[in-house]
Amino acid sequence: MTVRKNQAALTPEEKRAFTNALLELKRTGRYDRFVTTHNGFIMSDTDSGDRVGHRSPSFLPWHRRFLLEFEAALQAVDKNVSIPYWDWTADRTTRSSLWAADFLGGTGRARDGQVLDGPFAYATGKWEVSVRVDGRSYLRRALGEGVAQLPTKAEVDAVLAMPVYDMAPWNSSSNGFRNNLEGWRGANLHNRVHVWVGGQMATGVSPNDPVFWMHHAYIDKLWADWQALHPQSTYLPAAGTANVVDLRDTMRPWNDVTPADMLDHRKFYTFDTEPAAAPSQR
Amino acid sequence: MNMITRRRALGITAGAVTAIGAAAAVVVVRSSDKSPGAPSDAKPEAKASTPAGSLPVAAIDEVYEGRRIQISLGEGGHHSPGLPTIKIDGKELHLMRNADGSWLTVVNHYETFPDPISAARAAVRDLQGAALIPFGPSGGTS
Repeated sequence: MTVRKNQAALTPEEKRAFTNALLELKRTGRYDRFVTTHNGFIMSDTDSGDRVGHRSPSFLPWHRRFLLEFEAALQAVDKNVSIPYWDWTADRTTRSSLWAADFLGGTGRARDGQVLDGPFAYATGKWEVSVRVDGRSYLRRALGEGVAQLPTKAEVDAVLAMPVYDMAPWNSSSNGFRNNLEGWRGANLHNRVHVWVGGQMATGVSPNDPVFWMHHAYIDKLWADWQALHPQSTYLPAAGTANVVDLRDTMRPWNDVTPADMLDHRKFYTFDTEPAAAPSQR
Repeated sequence: MNMITRRRALGITAGAVTAIGAAAAVVVVRSSDKSPGAPSDAKPEAKASTPAGSLPVAAIDEVYEGRRIQISLGEGGHHSPGLPTIKIDGKELHLMRNADGSWLTVVNHYETFPDPISAARAAVRDLQGAALIPFGPSGGTS
């Protein structure tokens, strides 16, 4: 069974295995297909039309399935690898070991945002950004420049306390847990982290930065934490909602998986700290 | 009918922004060139005063930080019939309208802007001189 671990607890060997598997997926072209898929959904999910991957209730199960597919690709390279999660409420500065040269590398230089160290720096020749929205083919970041602060534990706990999964109109203007976690409403959790990292992470082609997976693995863990806190609450809407993926509707692009299939992460993986005591587990 | 609110960058810094109400059919603004590599203190438009929910009623054609921004009305973009289209130096920038009337583009897809021109200017700042790549239905590719 796959165990997803806090990135801060990884051994040097685990970090090396994870980054090597990423580089191998990149080399074979498999990686870039995930970037293309994500950007396609980013551009087609709209508040007033069909919406699946973002700004809708299926934001969480869609990304859970997307990460599972990516993790399976990693494990086809190295069966011992899993996607680590980045708890940005705890590891919240540019000095975190996450950004060290032996893991993801650091922020971009001032002139052009180019990341210069770590396995994904352009000069290594192993990480060309080829699915892109502009002419720049090097990984960029601007840690902490687009927005000064990452979300705090208190802000996360306030969103976890929301008892209703999602609400009409099931989009970026909704109240409820999903939209406050996604960040279009309220303190802004998920969206703000994308902006804090900057570079490609702030764009529709955000999976070009490997931190994308670790950010979404933590968002995914927060969904599991929320479920543990609210065992009587479940995915909404249940049925019959135009333009929105109901509990037992299939999700594009897979068309053979529903939100109901994604509700229990334990069918697929566990976390190093399971969410039974989510709010105070640290 | 709403009057368009447009902003004109005055002076040297991108922070010098003045809101001017206008109902002109075509607006041409020449803002001072700012070197693309200069540190950007520019976030001023992001939370500025345009009432959320208003659709632009006038086309815009301006030069901002050395880039030509064109916003035309209602051509439909690539998948948004009735919504404006943004071009930067002639290349279309994917634009989306949020339910609350705010806007975003594919270059800044996790933050919102009060109007298309604010979103376009944010994209120009982020591009730092790089050209947009035309996108297809499955996303931008090289």
